[in-house]
Amino acid sequence: MSRRGPACLRWGVTVALWLCGLVWAVDTTQLPDPALQARYEVLTHELRCMQCQNESLADSPVDLAADLRREVRDQLLAGKSDAQIRAWMAARYGDFILFRPRFSLRNAWLWGAPAVLLLVGVIVAWRVVRERTALLADDHEPLDEDGG
Amino acid sequence: MLPELGHFALILALLLAALQAFFGIAGAHYARARWMGAVVPAVAGHAVMVATAVGCLIACFVGNDFSVAYVAENSNSALPLFYRVTALWGAHEGSLLLWILLLALWTVAVVIGAQRLPERFAARVLGVLGIVSLGFLLFTLATSNPFLRLDPPAPDGRDLNPILQDPGLAVHPPILYTGYVGFAVAFAFACAAMLEGKLDQHWARWTRPWTTVAWAFLTCGIALGSFWAYYELGWGGFWFWDPVENASFMPWLVGTALIHSLAVTDKRGLFKSWTLLLAIVAFSLSMLGTFLVRSGVLVSVHSFAADPARGVFILAFLVIMVGGALTLYAWRAPLLKSQAGFELGARESFLLFNNVLLVIAAATVFAGTLAPLISDTLKLGTLSVGPPYFNPTFMLSMLPLMALLSVGIHANWKRGRLQDKTRLLLYTFVAAAVLGTGLVYGIYAPGSLLSAVGATLGIWIALSSLVDPLERLWRGLSLPRAVLGMTLAHLGIALAVIALTTVQSFTVERDVALAPGASAHVAGYDFRFDGVRPVEGANYQALAASVLVSYQGTRVALLEPQKRQYWVQRQVTSETAIKMHHGNNVLLALGEDLGAGRWSLRIQVRPLVSLVWIAAFIMALGGSLAASDRRYRTARVAEAPALAGTLEQPG
Amino acid sequence: MNRFLLPLGIFLLLVVVLAIGIKHSPDKGTIASPLLGKPAPQFALPSLADPSRQVRSQDLKGRWYLFNVWGTWCGECRAEHATLLQVSRAGVLPVIGLDWKDSDEEARAWLSQLGNPYQAVAVDRNGRTAIDWGVYGAPETFLVNPQGVVVYKHIGAVTLATWTHEILPRVTAPATGS
Repeated sequence: MSRRGPACLRWGVTVALWLCGLVWAVDTTQLPDPALQARYEVLTHELRCMQCQNESLADSPVDLAADLRREVRDQLLAGKSDAQIRAWMAARYGDFILFRPRFSLRNAWLWGAPAVLLLVGVIVAWRVVRERTALLADDHEPLDEDGG
Repeated sequence: MLPELGHFALILALLLAALQAFFGIAGAHYARARWMGAVVPAVAGHAVMVATAVGCLIACFVGNDFSVAYVAENSNSALPLFYRVTALWGAHEGSLLLWILLLALWTVAVVIGAQRLPERFAARVLGVLGIVSLGFLLFTLATSNPFLRLDPPAPDGRDLNPILQDPGLAVHPPILYTGYVGFAVAFAFACAAMLEGKLDQHWARWTRPWTTVAWAFLTCGIALGSFWAYYELGWGGFWFWDPVENASFMPWLVGTALIHSLAVTDKRGLFKSWTLLLAIVAFSLSMLGTFLVRSGVLVSVHSFAADPARGVFILAFLVIMVGGALTLYAWRAPLLKSQAGFELGARESFLLFNNVLLVIAAATVFAGTLAPLISDTLKLGTLSVGPPYFNPTFMLSMLPLMALLSVGIHANWKRGRLQDKTRLLLYTFVAAAVLGTGLVYGIYAPGSLLSAVGATLGIWIALSSLVDPLERLWRGLSLPRAVLGMTLAHLGIALAVIALTTVQSFTVERDVALAPGASAHVAGYDFRFDGVRPVEGANYQALAASVLVSYQGTRVALLEPQKRQYWVQRQVTSETAIKMHHGNNVLLALGEDLGAGRWSLRIQVRPLVSLVWIAAFIMALGGSLAASDRRYRTARVAEAPALAGTLEQPG
Repeated sequence: MNRFLLPLGIFLLLVVVLAIGIKHSPDKGTIASPLLGKPAPQFALPSLADPSRQVRSQDLKGRWYLFNVWGTWCGECRAEHATLLQVSRAGVLPVIGLDWKDSDEEARAWLSQLGNPYQAVAVDRNGRTAIDWGVYGAPETFLVNPQGVVVYKHIGAVTLATWTHEILPRVTAPATGS
């Protein structure tokens, strides 16, 4: 489970990668309105840090994350909606910056997968139970009652 | 000298694994007693060689032999002895060696524990395990040799990654890998059955204890990893749906389905081909996990340094092993139809639902984990999947399962006779709902729907699980370990549901900026910051903050979160301070120096989070207990019993 | 059709996906820029050479240019500097620099010491412009066409190979879009 130190930069770009995962940002931003503060916290947790790609903006210690957090704060204070802020971020960094993938035709298969699987599961279960219930009448094998 | 010895030992181990594989499979196929007799010595020799190789590498670490590249990359003369030993599995090459060692040990365990198995079947099992060992050894020697030398030797090592300089490293990987590798045994049993062309209830009875014990280890391994992340990494998070975490969770989900499916196959001879498939899939997911972590295919904080060449090798190995097993499956499974029946309300039904929901959960996690890769490959754009996807979709399949558990546990085999239990079901449900909702809204006002649902389901499971054992004790009946173990494991899951939903709903997190002497008030606790002072460690220097924590005026603890800088790698890490109080976990992490003595601090209060790991250990304990039941230590079974898995005759 | 072949079929499909994944993995960290094919973000920033004057995107309309994000703190930027000098000497198109989150003093010293490939350097002290361009590391280089549309983005150090195979062909290709 080793990650190399500053000498090895994964994609040849100088980013403060070595900070990722070792230190966290402690974000003491306080917005005047508690509702705005709550939205700020949700947004910064749902946006990905593009340098420490497994961390949210809220947790990432790198400068870029601090800049983007400031951006979220400024836009909230300017009255933008959550959707507008997310769209603004995605327009610059692509959908990858969103931890919660936006529902679109391209993502539909991912969001639909659990429902489809559930449907398939229900059908399979129903068919098996029906088949076995039908066999029950002819099944006279004694049961070994040792429990479990 | 030592590295050469270790290297040589690995080569010998490879040869012995090849012999084990050959004599096992060919010996059983041609029914040659002499060949089959050579398998056990091959296993023993292989284990000794692997142990020798591991011993040599440990000796290199302890002796600070920096002429070995792997030691130079992962150790340092200032590194404490304990970490010099555990650094063995701190990076890719060494962790593979650990895998191979554990596989050798499991194989030896099978030899010892399976003495009552028919000779040809046992030979096949060991032969398949030999093939797996062979593959991993080839991979190691070809692409990931830990004994490669540096010329000239490094003057000192680059030190172990500071995050890994923690007791967690000593336990998490070995226990986790024991679980992963343990599923190879179930896989081998499945392949052996398919090679033989028959599968009967004896097979299920043989396979069950091995699978359950592997599952127990995996449960502990995952819990330890989660706990380690929690206190070491400092965000207070314990599960991130990170690809590597998912890589261990998927085999766990399928493994859970497998142990339940094995119960049905054992008891009624049903679901045979399904159980076979699950055994193959569980181990395949273990192997897939190995692939994902090392090939650079997915972005993850946990990944080893990416190397596409290694990815190709593992993929080829996967194709041979899993592709081979699934081909065998396609060939043999159609013959395994049984004619047993059961009704809708029977235990078999509920175990069927259990399997369906667990497999759906595993498939959902699978889809989410691989979605970025799939989306990229099909040119559908860069997709990003995180907790906002996994959390709701996981609950979608798991919450119904939790409800079904409380009902299904009362169902009898074949004819459920749940009609007799309607009053019991009603009473237990009402009691659970009242207790659960009451406690949640009482203790954690203003409460939350998720937590109330979780508490209700959890308490209902606990009450339902206790009915049968208590009834047995009341009536003076025996309480076999299998039943006791099952009860314990189900109590564990009840606890987990309660804990997880509570943590999810009531965690409070605040980031504050404090000057010395100032206080913050979070979730009922007061935190008084008393400044920061320098501290020296064995191979680091640190700044430790002093924070006095009190609850309603009473002092709870003096916590000292630190920021450390390790001398060699010059990395800065944050050490959290944690205190348990009244079932809450209070965490403190030190942030930044804001100037003029002010510092930022992250404060988190997480109720009941410790219960999550306690629940996992209870589950593992239950599983181990159940696996030790007397019924699994049966008398020797004669070769080729009349009741085979093909056309069954009743009675 | 044997339905028991289904698991094998699904598995082989998975293997294909994973194999393609390995093939692409060297570029795993690079995210496709959503700016490709879109108008380049507007900016008006102080110039490094003379802070009282501005470097503005609207002044650059009408011709191809390279927009290179760099900083003195960035090791890879130093590595690509020689290539950028060659590119600017070739005279095919101007290189506009964006000095990202840097100190003016150090930037000027750096350029006078190592050579200045830039026709102009815009100073982005607070990082706002870099964010507009979707920059998440340095160096990053964008190719903008005369209509002001971003046609190519390169993440990491620009090499001669990048110049010859990616940038030059796009600039000298017949003007039928990017």
